[in-house]
Amino acid sequence: MSNNKRIDQPTGTETVGHEWDGIEELNTPLPRWWLWTFYATIIFSIGYCIVFPFWPTANGAPGGTSGWSSRDELQKTLDARAEELQPVHTALATTAIGKLEAQPELMQQAIAGGAAAFKVHCVQCHGSGASGSKGYPNLNDDDWLWGGDLATIEKTIIDGIRQPNHPETRFSQMPAFGRDGILSAAQIEDVTSFVRHIAGQEGASAASQRGQALYEANCAVCHGPAGKGDRTQGAPNLTDAIWLYGGDRETIKHTITNSRYGVMPAWGERLDKATIRMLAAYVHSLGGGEAAPTPQPVEAADANGGDNVGG
Amino acid sequence: MVSLVLRSGGWFVVALLAFLALAFSADTGFAIHMGIVMLAALITMWVTMSGADYGSIARGILRMPADQSRYDDDPIRWGVIAIMFWGLAGFLAGLYIALQLAFPVLNLGLEWTTFGRLRPLHTSAVIFAFGGNALIATSFYVVQRTCRARLAFPALARFVFWGYQLFIVLAATGYLLGITEAREYAEPEWYVDLWLTVVWVSYLAVFVGTIVKRKEPHIYVANWFFLSFILTVAMLHLVNNLSMPVSLLGSKSYAAFSGVQDALTQWWYGHNAVGFFLTAGFLGMMYYFVPKQAERPVYSYRLSIIHFWSLIFLYIWAGPHHLHYTALPDWAQTMGMVFSVMLWMPSWGGMINGLMTLNGAWDKIRTDPIIRMMVMALAFYGMSTFEGPMLSIKAVNSLSHYTDWTVGHVHSGALGWNGMITFAAVYYMAPRLWNRQRLYSLRMVNWHFWLSTVGIVLYAASMWVAGIMQGLMWREYGADGYLVYSFAEVVSAMFPMYVIRAAGGVLYLSGAILMAYNVWMTIAGHLREEKPMTETPYNEAADRPLVVAPAE
Repeated sequence: MSNNKRIDQPTGTETVGHEWDGIEELNTPLPRWWLWTFYATIIFSIGYCIVFPFWPTANGAPGGTSGWSSRDELQKTLDARAEELQPVHTALATTAIGKLEAQPELMQQAIAGGAAAFKVHCVQCHGSGASGSKGYPNLNDDDWLWGGDLATIEKTIIDGIRQPNHPETRFSQMPAFGRDGILSAAQIEDVTSFVRHIAGQEGASAASQRGQALYEANCAVCHGPAGKGDRTQGAPNLTDAIWLYGGDRETIKHTITNSRYGVMPAWGERLDKATIRMLAAYVHSLGGGEAAPTPQPVEAADANGGDNVGG
Repeated sequence: MVSLVLRSGGWFVVALLAFLALAFSADTGFAIHMGIVMLAALITMWVTMSGADYGSIARGILRMPADQSRYDDDPIRWGVIAIMFWGLAGFLAGLYIALQLAFPVLNLGLEWTTFGRLRPLHTSAVIFAFGGNALIATSFYVVQRTCRARLAFPALARFVFWGYQLFIVLAATGYLLGITEAREYAEPEWYVDLWLTVVWVSYLAVFVGTIVKRKEPHIYVANWFFLSFILTVAMLHLVNNLSMPVSLLGSKSYAAFSGVQDALTQWWYGHNAVGFFLTAGFLGMMYYFVPKQAERPVYSYRLSIIHFWSLIFLYIWAGPHHLHYTALPDWAQTMGMVFSVMLWMPSWGGMINGLMTLNGAWDKIRTDPIIRMMVMALAFYGMSTFEGPMLSIKAVNSLSHYTDWTVGHVHSGALGWNGMITFAAVYYMAPRLWNRQRLYSLRMVNWHFWLSTVGIVLYAASMWVAGIMQGLMWREYGADGYLVYSFAEVVSAMFPMYVIRAAGGVLYLSGAILMAYNVWMTIAGHLREEKPMTETPYNEAADRPLVVAPAE
């Protein structure tokens, strides 16, 4: 340590006169631009605290001269958006879903809104492309479990599937043939062979012939004598190549043995009428939407019974 | 003899208590942790009892010079090795979780290797293990040399080193086992927190004790920064970790605060961990190693005073900017924002003082790869301390918050500033600590510099793009007035950015591997034959404490 101030040659600046392990310090004044920028940020901050909420006001709550608050801003944004969408929402809420197709412009609005709502509420199960995954139906195809016209889709969305304590919900339950001892393991093998046979995945065999008799006794009541399914109870068509849980031997055996119990929320309890109508319009528009049935209540033996094996 | 019996008996009691805690533990994680503690206590007892001079054995293996008339450098030599080890571990963990984000299959379907558990392992390994060891080692190195005195309480200094490593091991294994307080950067549970408190208070005692016995009339600026870092981290750690254990024999505890108070306490801690651990502490490092390597006086004493006090006064209020547009009251958000904006110039004071210290030695950037690293560190420090105040402005934050922009911002600071200045400090210290003529290879330092720099550029640039893209996609409304993208679509759009980020990580890690090799060969006493680069000469005669005050 030496208290010797000296002039540093390369910079021409005086040192402070301290020294630590060979390190000296120059007595350079604060850079002016640095100091003035620092002052400017302080002045800006004081101004900001006057305009925006910082100091307690007369009523106790902090508030700025602008009267701005984050809560207000959010409410205003939400209100502005609600107002913008109001006409479409009112029109949708008051237009029966069957009449929607007669108003192409409103239909277009409904599909756009449905696409957005789908991304918030439905993608978690059905996927962002609505193509589904194991246990969650693909909504892009024309294979429907409960029906694919606008009104039917809307009802499915409103009441959900197998929702407890919801009397209107879509409900059916396939027996767990193996677990409950209705069929033996060998019988299940045979039924599996038959199902794979009518689905075109296996040729006829002794097993499938034995399975046919078992099918007629146990399965045909829901899935239909030809395995085409039944939309009134959500029984899938077993003869096509579309499977909800999988069409390989192991998965089918698992399904027959333990049954399946796919569920979907009853969105009527959570979303408003217009949003549900939008969702129905969007799902209907994805490619598999069907025309409204002529007033004939049930089209049980229709070609496309459902998505597949499973409850 | 009596003290030997007392000390080894003490460690035995600790081992016994740990064994009892293990036997009656309420959960497996706690049992495993107590097993680790018991093992550590038994090893310490063995070392104490056997009477063998492990210090000199270690010095033999690690080829440490043992000159007692000089500074007490053994804990610093261990520290250099710990820095290299934890640095490699932390960078590797970072690269792995970066790859997990691009390729989720790397989660391996095991609970211990999921992103959620490896992410705190990465952040703690780099911040607390790599950065913490760097801070402890350099602060011990710097405080001795700028006070011209040996460390106060040498035994306690060794306890600080080993106690801190135990803290790291407990924290890291805890994350993998799922033991967490779920407080970002303060994840370790209550008993690990208590242990760290003991270690940290010892650290404070060694540091302050050394300053007290200094042979210099004034305290050097680097020590102000180190001291503010040690004190503030102690305060932050204590307040943020106030919690009530469910059982004294179990790992779970509940925080003393709840709701928005809890969030505010956490981000008061979280932001000042950045401010005092990663800024103030590393500025202390910078204030010693930059003027030493450049062989130039510090640019401005006055600036160092003003920016030190303004920095530590303003930083402590800035935390609420992590909670913009949340349940936090508006006035607190206003405060967090304006204090962050005011922090801009105080932060830059450090950059100016570091860069302008090169006045008269600018040519070294061309010729000295260690100076080049320091300059790059200061440049990244400047960039991220400008970016920080900018991101704290509410309008900007509404776009950037929750996006990867934040991740890019943090890494331009962590990889660029903290990493580069630590590398430079290690390159400076290693030959001096091991009494070598120079580093094994300066050309490798140059390679390390370029690998790191390109790595950081890839990392930061990809995360900026990713973050802004994310923010814009989340808020995009279509012509019909509805949101355009689902969350999953935004995630899948990030894929190329995640891959580029991981590529940056590969480069940065390769640089660190090169460094570990270089430092290792330096310790082993080899010199690579190569075309020479500028070296800063080492004055061995001056590098010793002042035993008697010089007669002037």
